[in-house]
Amino acid sequence: MAGEGFVAPHVDYAALAPLIALTVGLIVILMSGVFETTKRWAPGLAVLTLGATAGLLIWHWNEQIDLVAGALRIDDLAISISLIATVTAFFTVLLSVRERAAEEAGQGEYYALLIGSVLGMVLLAEAENLVTFFVALETLSIPLYILCATNLRRERSLESGLKYLIVGSLGSATLLYGMAFVYGATGSTDFAGIAHGIAAKGMLHDPLLLIGIALAAVGLAFKTSIAPFHQWTPDVYQGAPTPITSFMAVATKAAAFAVFVRFFVVALGPETGDWQTGLAILAAISIVVGNVGALRQTSLKRLLGYSGVAQAGYMLGGIVVASEKGISSLVFYLAAYLFMNLAAFAVIVARERETPYGDDIRGVRGLGAERPALAWSLTISMLALAGLPATAGFIGKLYLIEALVEGNYLWLAVFIAVGTMISLAYYLRVVAAMWMTPGQAVAGGPGGPEPTPVISGASPEVDPVDPRAGTRWYLVAPAVLAAAITVFFGVIPQPLVEFASHAGASLF
Amino acid sequence: MINALLWVPLAFGFVGLFLPKRAVGWWATAGAVATLAIGVIMAFGFESGAAGLQDTVNTTWISGLGVDYSLGIDGLNLFLVLLTALLWVGGIAFAAFREQERPQLFFFLMLAAETATLGSFLAQDLLLFVLFFDLMLVPFYFLFGGWGVDRSAEGGPTAPQATLKMMIYTLIGSLLMLVGAIATAIISAHGGHITFSIEAIQHQGVPVGSQRWIFWFFAAAFLVKMPAFLVHGWMPDAYKAAPLPVLVVFSGVLAKVGAYGFLRVVLPLFPAATSQFQTVILLVALASILYGSVMAFTQTNIRLIAGYSSVAQLGFITAGIFALRADGSDGAILQMVNHGLVVAPLFIIIAILVERTGTEDLRSMGGMAMRAPVLAAVFLIVALATLAMPGSANFIGEFYILNGLFQSKIVFAFIAISGVAMSAYYALRLYIGTMHNRPPSQQNHGIASREISLRDGIVLAPLVLCILGLALYPQLILHRADPSVQRSVSAVTEGGAPSSPSSSESEELAVTK
Repeated sequence: MAGEGFVAPHVDYAALAPLIALTVGLIVILMSGVFETTKRWAPGLAVLTLGATAGLLIWHWNEQIDLVAGALRIDDLAISISLIATVTAFFTVLLSVRERAAEEAGQGEYYALLIGSVLGMVLLAEAENLVTFFVALETLSIPLYILCATNLRRERSLESGLKYLIVGSLGSATLLYGMAFVYGATGSTDFAGIAHGIAAKGMLHDPLLLIGIALAAVGLAFKTSIAPFHQWTPDVYQGAPTPITSFMAVATKAAAFAVFVRFFVVALGPETGDWQTGLAILAAISIVVGNVGALRQTSLKRLLGYSGVAQAGYMLGGIVVASEKGISSLVFYLAAYLFMNLAAFAVIVARERETPYGDDIRGVRGLGAERPALAWSLTISMLALAGLPATAGFIGKLYLIEALVEGNYLWLAVFIAVGTMISLAYYLRVVAAMWMTPGQAVAGGPGGPEPTPVISGASPEVDPVDPRAGTRWYLVAPAVLAAAITVFFGVIPQPLVEFASHAGASLF
Repeated sequence: MINALLWVPLAFGFVGLFLPKRAVGWWATAGAVATLAIGVIMAFGFESGAAGLQDTVNTTWISGLGVDYSLGIDGLNLFLVLLTALLWVGGIAFAAFREQERPQLFFFLMLAAETATLGSFLAQDLLLFVLFFDLMLVPFYFLFGGWGVDRSAEGGPTAPQATLKMMIYTLIGSLLMLVGAIATAIISAHGGHITFSIEAIQHQGVPVGSQRWIFWFFAAAFLVKMPAFLVHGWMPDAYKAAPLPVLVVFSGVLAKVGAYGFLRVVLPLFPAATSQFQTVILLVALASILYGSVMAFTQTNIRLIAGYSSVAQLGFITAGIFALRADGSDGAILQMVNHGLVVAPLFIIIAILVERTGTEDLRSMGGMAMRAPVLAAVFLIVALATLAMPGSANFIGEFYILNGLFQSKIVFAFIAISGVAMSAYYALRLYIGTMHNRPPSQQNHGIASREISLRDGIVLAPLVLCILGLALYPQLILHRADPSVQRSVSAVTEGGAPSSPSSSESEELAVTK
């Protein structure tokens, strides 16, 4: 506000507060990593940052403000997706405590990167311009490339990071190329401007625009791991440190779906007829490929990777119908997905530290007798992912199917039903391993089975099994909490339905 | 009251999780008895002769999606609810007398299964019905898989494998039913406010074109559950894997949920499709009767004899419903209760026999009657009821079913009659095989008493008494069921077939015969 005729643009600091909080937190955590004494504060600082961000986000609930000259928009969709990302990050921090990856990468850097990725997600959920869209997507992705490789002494982890970097860059490049076409066709980078351009110039079925849409859809499909652009998912999920996998599985998906919705429903809204069928076919392929792919997996992380592909297919259904109910059901499903998935990942992290099997399904054998709290959590998570009643997963499916049938996409609803059926075979295999297979002595003990080379863990000398590091409260608590919330919203879904319908309503 | 009925079992189950191993069986039995008591009190308060719902509860559950938490009792479900409560007392008490592994979990799952089953009988909201219908499977999945019998030694599947097969089979149907239910609500709303209330949807009506495919989505779920011929593939493995106390309630009640679903949902909501596909379903029902009977002749595993006989019986019940006449459906309801009352003690007796002989093979059993006269007498009552001996309630039930079928589809009735004859053969074969014939290997055994123990007698007695009681007074059910049945059936027959003769006439007919 200096004189000399210079007028600074108006900046709505209040609405930007969540982003500012994340940025400040990121810097503080990074600095804390410099000193030995402050290093161990990093997880605490990360929780603090996330808590502050969540508080600031809730503060803006029910508001609709365009920020930074229309580049960002804070509305209920953005807030709900940002909250999902923030809560996921919070769980990830808990799961990362004492995690080898976090210790090897240096506490400060690890948590700072995590917060950086959350920052990208919040930006992405708010993005309303092709430029912010792309910048946010990269802000989200680059920390993740690094985080995947933080398990420095494990080849798999490094491989996972590199693979994700290459595939992710390919996805980004495709998306960028698509954006260029869209910009070229409509002459605007602004979502509202694009919609206006399409309507004003009568661009329906314009080849230039259609190419742009197709490329953008492919780019986004890479990010949301929708088949047939999902090949990286199982490998990267398996190789990355498990807390990071859980973060990618939920938060990345949520943020990418947020911008998916905004770009397609807002910017390309007038073109609905052109992309609906295409996306519906992608969703159907994803459902089939994901569910069939998961059938034969023995690594739980790979299994959840494929299941994530299938679930992304279900969720894409919410965008296909491009209706208020569709978006609401998508947000509901994402929120439910957060809890169902995190319960599973918390158990996997716990078992990775307790058994020599890593994330192999053998690691959960006999869990029901051995660790009932973990077993119940994983059971509820699996049943919820399979969409059985009395869990949030059932209500989520109900919501999606209702939106699909209303939007005249009955055949996709039937695909969801059929996919769910296939999925039972692998989800229940995990449940059966826990409750219906006798437990085994933890390896090494006499009579116990030979410790086998771990698939996703490392060689035993690098990853010695440390029973003390096993079932601590910060692993059991997130698992039980997430499972309890899954059941809670399965029985009393009304609050979450209202939350989601707010998010859906903010676009229409 | 109705809420208490539904949730008391689950509440008892939860508390039971935290009780010591010795007490939990009794605690669970107490829970099942309490549920039965509530059910009986409700039955006394039931106003017979009224067609509408009674004791209703109706609150919004998920307003945004149009789902209500709505329960109610009428003639269709009153006795099925009582049957459920009664059989669960039997199954749980029978299990409580025996050592169970991880008993807290076992009884929790049993009681959770009771709540889910009661829920699917009581639900008056289409989506709530689907929810409970699917939910039923979850506890049974754990019970079958966790406490079941491993058959891998004899070349069969392990318990988890058999159970998985059952889950996938039955959920194929139920998930399509979920889609069908949602489609029903949306289509019948005609763009207005979506509701899943069965009554409201019936009032709004579903367009005939949509009825045709939605009908099959529902029929698939119900036919698999029964199981009917062609979709019964899960049954043999699951029955062989199931722990016997669980099979008591599973076979006794769960199959009926499918038949009940036809009466509660399909007939009122999809009347046009029902009359259009009447013949197809009747063909499936007849195939079930013939196939189930023939398989029951030839099987040597006594569990499977009982299992296949259930297929035949359920075929009979389906045929009764799809006679699309009030007397056929009356008979079907009576027969559902009868079959439950018969098959539950049958499986308890099978469990006792297996414990005493150590085998499930009919060929290596026999000669029990001499050493266990009381058990034999009880078994004889059950067997005679199974073959619908005149004088038993099953006879009345089958008579009603055939009466309905004769008047609507005479050809089918003639074939169905053969099912009655065949039931005599397999019931007596089972009885004679276990009780009379003595295989050579046992000829020289000393005469040791293999008599039924007092505790098992306590479990069996109430069930057998119910069989006898119902034989004397089947009108108890028929009278209360008829008004609601008329309502369901008239949804289909309205405007078409001439009104059926009142059921009391045919009842007199049955008695004079």
